[in-house]
Order: sequence, then structure tokens, then C-alpha cells
Amino acid sequence: MIRDITIGQYYDTDSVIHRLDPRVKLAFTLLYIISLFIGHGPVCYAYAAAFLVLVIVLSKVPVRFMVKGLRGMLVILIISALFNVFLVQGEIIFRWWIFSISKEGVRTAVLMVVRLVFLVIGSSLMTLTTTPNDLTDGLERSLRFLKVIRIPVHEIAMMMSIALRFIPILIEEVNKIMKAQIARGADFESGGLVKKAKAMVPLLIPLFVSAFRRASDLALAMEARCYHGGEGRTKLHPLTYQKRDFLAYAVLLLYFGGMIAMAAVLP
Amino acid sequence: MNIIEILHLIHEYKEYDENETETETVRAIDDVTLSIEEGSFVTVLGHNGSGKSTLAKHVNALLLPTGGTVVLCGQDTLKTGELWQLRKNAGMVFQNPDNQIIASVVEEDVAFGPENLGVPTEKLEHRVERALEKVGMTAFRMNSPNRLSGGQKQRIAIAGMLAMKPKVILMDEPTAMLDPVGRKEVIETVHELNREEGITILLITHYMEEAVDADRVIVMDGGRLIMDGTPREVFSRVEELKECRMTVPQVTELAFELKKEGLPLPDGILTTEEFAEALMKLRT
Repeated sequence: MIRDITIGQYYDTDSVIHRLDPRVKLAFTLLYIISLFIGHGPVCYAYAAAFLVLVIVLSKVPVRFMVKGLRGMLVILIISALFNVFLVQGEIIFRWWIFSISKEGVRTAVLMVVRLVFLVIGSSLMTLTTTPNDLTDGLERSLRFLKVIRIPVHEIAMMMSIALRFIPILIEEVNKIMKAQIARGADFESGGLVKKAKAMVPLLIPLFVSAFRRASDLALAMEARCYHGGEGRTKLHPLTYQKRDFLAYAVLLLYFGGMIAMAAVLP
Repeated sequence: MNIIEILHLIHEYKEYDENETETETVRAIDDVTLSIEEGSFVTVLGHNGSGKSTLAKHVNALLLPTGGTVVLCGQDTLKTGELWQLRKNAGMVFQNPDNQIIASVVEEDVAFGPENLGVPTEKLEHRVERALEKVGMTAFRMNSPNRLSGGQKQRIAIAGMLAMKPKVILMDEPTAMLDPVGRKEVIETVHELNREEGITILLITHYMEEAVDADRVIVMDGGRLIMDGTPREVFSRVEELKECRMTVPQVTELAFELKKEGLPLPDGILTTEEFAEALMKLRT
């Protein structure tokens, strides 16, 4: 079961959105978030919603997966809504004791919640439709320009992909160590939070020791296979733009332009 | 032609105690001279701590000599500036199959070596395909390495070496963590590569059975090279091998004990078939 673990929240299916170059999806996420902050008023948000629905339908990812991402945000959503409702000044429509609710307050609260919901769904669309490996590749390619200011983009991407490869192995290892400790009478189940945390210590130490040993082995294996940084490295599957990627860029820009125009024209 | 040329190799490292003060200098390899012919299959045997792994790591310059020289394909490892240029000639397969697979997809892992060498993308595809074919793992090309058995993972690691088109493959106890089935898989694959591709193999192991089919067997103990010869020559020296805490293959030992008891058997019997034949001859 552990072996089948999927990292992140990638939803495996075949759709137009899944097949897009990861760079396009990164651009989508970025521009979509910006567009949410440019837009104001119900018309803009209806426009953003329509675009989001279009992408969701194309991605073939069931809506409940998007909603799952929202559950973790619930507290933040409620808090930001309450703050807006009570603190925004304006034409008062309801008053009780020291609390007052203004018309403008309700309006901003609703818009704020809608904006946050769209933001979360929009960015989880990327992780739902892109494998972590593709995502790493896409990030490496699109952030390449940062090399100019000496940010080791290739190295960071390599670390990310190695981390992804070793997560399932380390999870398996944790289970193994846990069983070995339970067999010798360790108790991970009972007690309060502090006691449980303390019980983790004999689990973490062997895990760290083994992780370091693995890292040292891996470094040796990489050196034996002529790894010497990103300089002069080629790729088996380099990212190349297809026709559909350019089309997606066009649609994305069209949407973004539309949003700017709308925000400028509408009061 | 000799592909590996080792002359008076010495390797020392310093041991430190908890306060990081030097306690002693350990000599892991002590004056080893050895040359290995191109296309041969050489097995290095030795007990834990005999220096056999250290020796192999000198060949592809993962370790550099404290004294003496190591020459691989005509290049002195101490005098070569860019060591990765040298390492493409000698691939190395390690003991733990999990700790040497770098990518999350089989084909991408096989491509890792040639990617580092800067092989153009059009040629990579072909290299990966051929390497996987050679180790019989084509069907698993798109799989995640996590789902493979130990033997399969080691074959992927071997394919990763093959894709770099090396002249030598160094195997550092590649079967130590495998079950008998996986062990057989790996050893058979390596023999095939030696026969069909003419790749020189340096197999480090402590399983005597794996040494039987080699062209040459080298025995190390305490950092020194103590025996060097064909498997038959080496395994007929049962007493000496036992002195350096090594066992000979079971059937060899049985024949040796029987001979000691007075049965006129030949020296250095290596396989069960051979032993059976020798016994049959005795009856007539």
C-alpha cells in the first residue's frame, strides 16, 4: 500500500490540461491569481468563475477533489469573512450592542471569500493535473533566468526530484523501525501529546541515521555516474512546446486581457 | 591490452575519536599491484574489511591513491583533472539497490548517466532502449523503481551503467542484499554482458559460488592481495583460504575433506557435476 503512495495530490487521468506543458500551467496559476486581484465587482468575478469552470471541465478532475483543498482553508475563510463584515465602515444596515454590519462590509466579505476560494481552486488545479516530477522540470526551466543572480536553480530542482524519489522509501523505513520498536515494547499509541511526541524520538534517530547513510550512498552513486552539476547536461525528455501549449497561452492571455479591460471599464 | 593497471597502490585514511583528535592511520590498501586484461571477468574475494571495495573505488577515481598509481584506459587517476571524464569508462554498481536509483521512472534513471555526459536527446532514447534490452527490463521502462524486486533494481542499475557505454563495470557486492533468485538474475546478466559485449567485469563479492565462473579470482586480506589465479587454482588452496576467514564453495570443501581422508580426488573441484563425475571415475 505504501508503495503506491502518490505524493502531492496529483489526480491521474488523461485530459487536455494534463497533457499541457508544466510551464503553461505555472503561467496559468500565476496569471489567474493576479487576475483575481485586478478584478473587482461581481461581473469580474463571474468572468473569473466562468474561466475556472471551463478549465475544471477540461481537466476531467472531479470537483470533490477541489473542494478537499478548501477544507483546510475553512478557518481562514471564516475569519476573513467575519473581519470584513464587522470592521468595514459604511452605510449601516444592522446594529446590535457594539456590533454593526454595513452594506459595504457584507459586500467586501462576500467578494473576499469568493476571491480566496477561486485562488485555492485555481492553484490546486495545477498540482492536481501535473505530476510532481513534471512540476519540478517546469520550475527548473521557467526559473532558469534566476541563475544570473546566482540562485542554483538546477541544484534545487535536482534536490526536489531526489526528495520525491525517496519519500516512499523513507515512509517504508519509518514503518519498519516502528514495528521493530513495537516488537520491543515501545508504545506509540497511548498518552497525551507530549508523551506521544517523546515516543517519536527513538523513531526519529534511527531514521535520520539511515537517511544520512542513504544520502552518502546516493552521492557516491551519482558521482560514479558522472554527475557534475547542471553544466552540459542533456535531458531524455526535454520540455518542448506543442501547438496546444501555444493555444493555451493564447487563451490564457485573452482571459487576462479581458480581465484588465473589465476592471478598467467597470466602476 | 591491460585496461586497468594498478601499481604499488597504497590507501590510508585517518581515524578520529569523539574529540576529533587523530587516533590512528589505517592502511586500507597495502601495496597492491595488479593488471586486468580487457574483456576479462575478474572476481575479487575477501572478508569484510579486506580492502576489496576500497580497491574498486580507486579504479573509477571515487577514491584517490595515497601512494602508487591507478591507470584506467590509459589515464592516470591522479593526473586527470575532470574525474567524470574518466568515470564514463568505468561504471559502478553498488550494494544497496535503493540508494543508487536517482529518478522516479525507470527510463529516466537509465538516462541519468548519459544525460550527465551530455549525450544529445535524439541519441539518448536509443541508448536507453538498448541498455534496457540488454538487461531484459524493457517491459518495465515506464515503471516506478519502487515497485521492482531487488534483482530487478540491480538490473536497472546495470542498465544505467550500460547506457554510458563503459569499457569496465565495477560491481561492489551487487548481490549482498538480494535473495537467491535475484542473485542469480544479476550474476547471469553480468556474465552475458561480459561474453556478448566484451565489457570487462570486476565483481567484488563474498559469495564464493559467484567466483566459480570467473576467468580470474583475486583474494584480498588485510589490504593485501594474497591470491591471484584461475578459480580452480585459488579454490584448491582450501587451508590458506580458511586462514583468512573465508570459506570455499561447499562442494569444493567436501571434495577437499574426502581427499584428506584418502580418496584420490583431483584438486579444486568447483561444481557439483564435476564432483559427481570424479566420484563416478573412482568406482570404475
